[in-house]
Amino acid sequence: MSATVWSVAVAAGSFRRYATYRIATVAGVFTNTVFGFIVAYTYIALWDARPHLGGYDQAQALTFVWTAQALLAASALMAGGGIDELQERIRSGDIAVDLYRPADLQLWWLAADLGRAALQLIGRGVAPMAVGALVFPLALPSDPLTWGWFLLSVTLGVVVSFALRYLVALASFWLLDGSGLALISGLACMFFSGMVLPLRVFPGDFGALAQLLPWAGILQVPADVLVGARSGATLASGLLFQAAWGVALLALGRLVQTAATRKVVVHGG
Amino acid sequence: MASDGPADGVGGGRGAAMAQGLRAYGLIVGMWVRSTLAYRASFVMMAFGNFAATALDFVAIMLMFSQIDALGGFSLPEVAFLYGTSGVSLGLADLLLGSMDRLGRRVRDGTLDTLLLRPAPVFAQVAADRFALRRLGRITQSLLVLGWSLTRLDVDWTVGRMLMVPLMAVCGTAIFGAVFTAGAAFQFWAQDAAEVQNSFTYGGNAMLQYPPTVFAKDLVRGVTFLVPLAFVNWLPALRLLGRPDPLGLPGWADFLGPVVAALMCAGAAVAWRFGLRAYRSTGS
Repeated sequence: MSATVWSVAVAAGSFRRYATYRIATVAGVFTNTVFGFIVAYTYIALWDARPHLGGYDQAQALTFVWTAQALLAASALMAGGGIDELQERIRSGDIAVDLYRPADLQLWWLAADLGRAALQLIGRGVAPMAVGALVFPLALPSDPLTWGWFLLSVTLGVVVSFALRYLVALASFWLLDGSGLALISGLACMFFSGMVLPLRVFPGDFGALAQLLPWAGILQVPADVLVGARSGATLASGLLFQAAWGVALLALGRLVQTAATRKVVVHGG
Repeated sequence: MASDGPADGVGGGRGAAMAQGLRAYGLIVGMWVRSTLAYRASFVMMAFGNFAATALDFVAIMLMFSQIDALGGFSLPEVAFLYGTSGVSLGLADLLLGSMDRLGRRVRDGTLDTLLLRPAPVFAQVAADRFALRRLGRITQSLLVLGWSLTRLDVDWTVGRMLMVPLMAVCGTAIFGAVFTAGAAFQFWAQDAAEVQNSFTYGGNAMLQYPPTVFAKDLVRGVTFLVPLAFVNWLPALRLLGRPDPLGLPGWADFLGPVVAALMCAGAAVAWRFGLRAYRSTGS
C-alpha cells in the first residue's frame, strides 16, 4: 500500500475516533466559550485604554480571542493532542510493535494528528467562534479567499505544533519520565504562541524575538491572517515562515527518530 | 448499590462519621505524599511547572500594565490583590479536592466500585485520590503576588481589615471546594463532561483575577447570584479597596462570604449524596 493511501486511512480513522467523544466535545465547547467571554472582556478593557495596541483595533483583538479559543484543541495550544499516547508507548515499550509496522512512525503520527485536528477544528472550533461572532463585533473576513488562506495557515500551524510535540515525545527514548519536558514545552507553547497574550502586545525586542520562534506559527500567524493583519507580501511571508519551521522541525524529528530507533533494544524473546 | 460506606451503618453519629472520613482522607493523602516524594526531582519539576503555569497568567497581566496604567480603573497592585486572593483560594481548593474531576474516569472504567467496597467514606477516598502535592506551586505563586500587593496597596490596615484577608481565603477555598464537589457529582451522570467544571473553577479564577468593572453587568450578576463566585474575593476586596460595587448591592453583602460558602458546601453535599445514590455500577 502506498504511503498516501494509508496516511489518509490513518487520518480518517483518527478523525472518526475523536468524533466518538461527543459529550467531551460539548463540554470542551462550553469551556472554550466561557473562557472566550472572560478573555474578551479583559481585552475590551485593554484596548479601551490603548486603542490600536500592537496594530490591532478592538474588533481584531476580539477576533484574536475567539480564534485562540477555536484553535485551542485543534492546534493543541494547551498540551493535549493525543501525542502523550506515543510517549506512553515509548515508555512502556509498545513502540517496538509500531517500529515493526511497514509504515513510517512520523508519517503515521502526523496523519493521525491531522485527522484529530480536523475533527477538533470543526467540533470545538466552529461553535465558540460562532458564539463570539454573535455577541461581539468581530473583524471576520467577508472574502472567501481569506478564509482559505486562514485554513491553510491553521493547517501549517498544526504541522508545526505536531512537529514540536513529536520531538518531545521522542525524548522519552532517553528520559525515563518525559512528563517534565512535556510540561515545559506545553508552557512554552502557551506563552509564545500568543495564547496568554497576543505576541504583538509583547514589548520591544522581546516581542520581536517571540514572533520569530516556531510557536508564533501556531496561533499568531493564523490569527493575523484571519483578522486581515497579513495580506499580500506579509501573508506570503507568514505562510513561508510557518512552512519553514514545519519542514525544519519535521526534519529534526526524523533525525532524532533515526537515532532513537538505533537505540531501541527489545527485551524478551 | 451506593452507600456512603460503613460510616452510615456502623453508627456513632455524624461526628464519628466525619472523624472517620477525615482520618481516611489523611491516610490516603499521606500515602500519595510519600509516593510523590519518592521521586524528588520529578516532584520539584512538577511543582515548578505548576508554579510557572500560573505565573504566566500574572506575566500576561504585567505585560498588559507595561502598556497601560489602569485596567477597568484598577491599578496593578489592586489587580494583583484580586489575583492573589482568588489564586490562593482556588489553589487550596485544588490541592484539597482538585483530583475529584477524575471521578468520571473512575465511573467509566469501573474502578469506582472498588472505592465503594472499602470501609471508608467514598467522598474522602475520591477527594484524596492522587493527591497532587505539586499544586503547592500555584498556592506559593499566588501568595507571593498577594504579599507583594499588600505592600503596595493604599489601604489603612486596621485589625478588622487585616483579618478579612485570611477570612477571604478560607471562604474562597470553601466556595471553590463546593464547585469542585458539585462538578464531580455531575459526573455521575455525564462522565465525559469533566471539562465543564473547569469553566467554573479555573474559568472562575481567571475572571476573579480581573476587576468586576471590566466585565459586562450580566456576567457579574451571573457570578454573584447564579454561581456566587463573586463572594470569593470581589465583594470583600471591593470593600477593602474602598471601591463601589458595580451592582450596587447593600453594604452588608460584602460580608456574606461565610454564609454563601456554608450554603454552597451544603448544596454540594446534597448534590454529592444524590449523585452517589443514583450511581449504578455496570456490574461485571
